[in-house]
Amino acid sequence: MTTILRRLGFYVLAAFAAVTLNFFLPRMLPGNALQALLAKMQTTTITPQQLQALADQYGLNSKQSTFSQYMTYLGHLFQGDLGHSTSKSVAVTQILSKDLPWTIGLVGSATIVAFVIGTLLGIVVGWRRSGLLDALLPAATFFQAVPYFILASLLLITGGFYWKLFPYANGYDTGRNSNLTQGWNGPFVTSVVEHGVLPAATVALASIAGWIIGMRNMMITTMDEDYVLVAAAKGLPRWKVIAVAARNAILPTISNFALSISLVVTGSIVTEIVFSYPGIGYQVYLAVLDADYPLMQGILLVVTFTVLGANLLADIAYVILDPRARKEA
Amino acid sequence: MAVPTETTGPATPGTTPAVKPARLRRGSRIPLTPKVLVGAVILIFFALVAIFGPMVAPHSPDWQANSTSSTPLPPSGKFLLGTDQQQHDIFSQVLAGGRDTLLIAFVAGLIATCLSVLIGVTAGYVGGWVDEVLSILSNIFLALPGLLILMVVMTPLPPADTDNPLLIGAVIALTAWAWGARVLRAQTLALRNQDYVESARVIGERKPRIIVFEILPNLLPILASSFIFTVIYGIGTYVSLSWLGVISPATSTWGTMLNTAQQDSAMLGGYWWWYVPPALCVALVGIALALLNFGIDEIINPRLRSARDNRKGVRYTLGLTPVLRTAGNGSPPRSHRATAGSADLPTPVAAASEGKSK
Repeated sequence: MTTILRRLGFYVLAAFAAVTLNFFLPRMLPGNALQALLAKMQTTTITPQQLQALADQYGLNSKQSTFSQYMTYLGHLFQGDLGHSTSKSVAVTQILSKDLPWTIGLVGSATIVAFVIGTLLGIVVGWRRSGLLDALLPAATFFQAVPYFILASLLLITGGFYWKLFPYANGYDTGRNSNLTQGWNGPFVTSVVEHGVLPAATVALASIAGWIIGMRNMMITTMDEDYVLVAAAKGLPRWKVIAVAARNAILPTISNFALSISLVVTGSIVTEIVFSYPGIGYQVYLAVLDADYPLMQGILLVVTFTVLGANLLADIAYVILDPRARKEA
Repeated sequence: MAVPTETTGPATPGTTPAVKPARLRRGSRIPLTPKVLVGAVILIFFALVAIFGPMVAPHSPDWQANSTSSTPLPPSGKFLLGTDQQQHDIFSQVLAGGRDTLLIAFVAGLIATCLSVLIGVTAGYVGGWVDEVLSILSNIFLALPGLLILMVVMTPLPPADTDNPLLIGAVIALTAWAWGARVLRAQTLALRNQDYVESARVIGERKPRIIVFEILPNLLPILASSFIFTVIYGIGTYVSLSWLGVISPATSTWGTMLNTAQQDSAMLGGYWWWYVPPALCVALVGIALALLNFGIDEIINPRLRSARDNRKGVRYTLGLTPVLRTAGNGSPPRSHRATAGSADLPTPVAAASEGKSK
C-alpha cells in the first residue's frame, strides 16, 4: 500500500511541477522576447483588451506580485480555464477537447501494436539467438535512430504518395465528395482507420525496435536463470519453457516503457504534423506558426498530463504482473 | 526518434571486471564487431564533413546559380546534387549544413552527460533523502515532453538567440539528462555495495575519491552509451526544431534545408534530390551512433552479443552461457591475440553446459 501511495504522491508532485513550470516558462524568457511575441499577435485578429489581458497573464508591466499572479493562475487552472487562443478566438480547452482524442487514439493504438509485435519478436529473437533475425537486429535501429519526421515523410511518400496504399493527410476523408457524418457509423470509422494507418505505422515502427531489443536482452539474461533450466529439465513443452522465461523478462520492459513514453508522445506530435493529422500535435504546429502562445502552453500542459497518465497505467500494469511489487507494502 | 532500451541490470561480478587491470586492457576490450566498425567509419566520415565540409564546398550555401529561374535543377555534372528552387547548390549546402547540427548535438550530449553523472551518481552513492529528491527530480524531467518545451521556449526567442549553437545545445541538454541520470543511479546503487568499494571505504578513502577512482571507471560504458543516446536525441531534436521552423539559423543546416523543401512542397513535386540528401545525412549519423551503442551494450553485458558475430559456430541454446574470455586468465592478452586468427573477436566458451543443451 505504501508503494502505491508513494507513486501517487509522485504523480501529484509531478503534475504540480508541470503546472508551475508552465507558469514560469514565459517569465523566464528574456524580457524582449514576449514583447516581440505580443507585437506579432497585434497584427492578427485580436482586440486591444485581449492583448492587455495577455500581457497581464504573462506578468508584463503588471502591478501584481509574482506570487499573486501565480495564485490567480492556479485558480484559473482549477476552474479548467487555460486562457483564450489568440489565433482562433475560442477557449483553449475547447480546442484541446476536440483534438486530444485523436492524439490519444493514435498513440494508444500505435503503442499497443508496437508492444504486442515487438515483445513477441523480442521473445523469438532472444530465444533463437543464432537465427537470421538476430543478424537483422541492427536494421531495426534504423527506425530507432532516425528522427520521427523523416520516418513519417518516408512512409508518406512511399505508402501514401507513390504507391497510393493509404490516404496521407487529415484524420478522415474531408474531400469535396465525402458525405461523412462524424460519429460511430461505419463509413466514418472506416475512413478514420484508413487515415490512421500511416501515422500509426510511423509511431509503431519508431518504437518497435526498443521493444524488440529490450525484450531480447531481457530474454537472454532470464534464460540463464535456474528456474528456466528447471522448467526445461522437467520436460515441459518448448513453448511453456519460453513462457516461463518471457513472463519474467517482460517486467523490466514495462518499467522501461515509463522511460520512453514521453519520447513516443513527442514523436507522435511530429508525426501528426507530417500527416496533417487533426490531433494536438498538428494544433501545436499551427500555434507555432500563429505565435499563439496560450494555445501552445495549454498543449504543453495537456501533453505532460497525458504522459503522466500513461506512466500511471504502466505502474498499475507492473503491480498487476509482479507479485513482489504488491508484497512490498 | 530513439526509444531508450535500458539493458543494464545490477552488475554481476562477471560483467564488471576489477578496476586496476582494466586500465591496461582497455584497448583490447572494445570488440570490433562489424556493427561497431561500420558505425565508427560512418561517424568519422561525417565528423570530417563537419570540420572540412564548409571549406571544400564548391560554393557558399547562399550562392545562387541564377536569380531568374525558379525550377529546381536535377543533379548534373555541374551541380552534383542539383539545385533547389532558389537555385542554391544542394551539394554545397549539404556539406556546409552538418557542422552546426553535429556541434549542437555534441554540446548537448556533453552537458547532459555531465548533468546526469552529477545527479545520478550523487543520488546513487549518497542515498537517503538526497536520493529521494534527485530521483523525483529526474523522474519529473523524464515525463516532460522535451520537444514541446523547446518549442514553447524557442518560438518567442529572437533569431539572434536561436543562432547560437552553444545556447541551443545547452537548452536541449536541459531536457535530456534525466534518462542518463536514472540509469547511472541504478548502476551506482549496484556498485556501491561491491567488495572493492566496501574495502576502499574501510581503508578510509574519502567519498569524492571513491566516487571518482573506484566507481566512475566502472560506469564508463554506461556513460558512453547514455552520451551516444543523448547525441542521437540532440540531432533529432535540433533537426526537428529547424524543420518545423521554430528556430531559423542564419546559416543553412540539414534541418533548414528540409524546412524549405517542405515549404516549397519538394516532396509532392518529385524533386527528390532536394530533400533526400539532407534526410539521408541525418539518418546515417543516427544509424552510425545507434550501431556504436550496440557495441557498447555488448561490452556492458557480453551475453547480449549476437551469435552471428563469432565465427566459431557455437549455437546459443538454453543452459549454454557464453562468457567473454578476454579477461585473460593472467596471460598477457596481446601475445594471445597475436596468435589467434580473428584477433578482435572474443571467444565464447561454454560455462554451464550441463542440463538441457541440445
